[in-house]
Amino acid sequence: MGKMTIDDLKKIKEQTSEETSLRHGTANVKITVHMGTCGIAAGAREVMSALMEEMGQTERQDIRVMASACLGMCSSEPNVTVAVEGEEPIVYQHMDSNKMRQVFRRHVLEGEVQTDFALARG
Amino acid sequence: MKELALHILDVAENGITAGADRIWITVEEDRAKNRMTITIEDNGRGVPEDVMKRITDPFYTTRTTRRVGLGLSLLENTARRCGGSMTIDSEPGQGTRVTATFVHDHIDRPPLGDMAGTLMTLIYSNPEGDLAYRCQSGDGEIVIDTKQVREQFNNRPITDPEVFRHLMEQMEQIKTSI
Repeated sequence: MGKMTIDDLKKIKEQTSEETSLRHGTANVKITVHMGTCGIAAGAREVMSALMEEMGQTERQDIRVMASACLGMCSSEPNVTVAVEGEEPIVYQHMDSNKMRQVFRRHVLEGEVQTDFALARG
Repeated sequence: MKELALHILDVAENGITAGADRIWITVEEDRAKNRMTITIEDNGRGVPEDVMKRITDPFYTTRTTRRVGLGLSLLENTARRCGGSMTIDSEPGQGTRVTATFVHDHIDRPPLGDMAGTLMTLIYSNPEGDLAYRCQSGDGEIVIDTKQVREQFNNRPITDPEVFRHLMEQMEQIKTSI
């Protein structure tokens, strides 16, 4: 192989970022923070911030985080839904940043549903 | 809502729900005129005329999961309570702009609050879209635009760890400025 040019490097870079974004495409776990007016007023932003920090610390590429609108269960906000591929989605209620960290580490990473915070099987 | 940043998060989420892929948020402090102005603009599908008439009615909503719609009514209420007002301009198919003004030193005016948290939440939960933030105050101007950040990194996705870290560093200047 001859001398590498800037263009070659750019190509390699593009390829790698394509591969990573492909990896981003296959989500095995989907975490949804419900962010309607009710969720936001009850503290959904802090829950999301904790989740972002946890995501920054994991090597897992197959977890997707989303914000969505109100579930219709405003009294139990902040609500978070964890959907693991092939399993029933779990809705967690009255979340805060600590509960979010626990759910992330135990349920998302280790597959152990945290029944104490679960509202229902959705 | 304890912070204006939470109102901003709420209204901007509406834009994302309306299919916007570009959101502009500005916060302007005018100490001389004792005014604070917040605008949230998106390029979503806009608000149809018949909905616009009732948009700040708390008992009106287009969603079906519940019977109340509080987001814009709460913001309007806060603005009015603080000697200001809220206006909504929308062009169906083009986008929507919400402007809220406040008397800056009004005793009831909530603090701007954790704007960095609001922006990171919006960016992280809507990685396909772009967001621009401009804050103009007595201390100067801060501009953060995810489009520019992505361009610096050869258009890699905003959720790419390196790009996201860079963005987090930019957010630090917001935390120290307000």
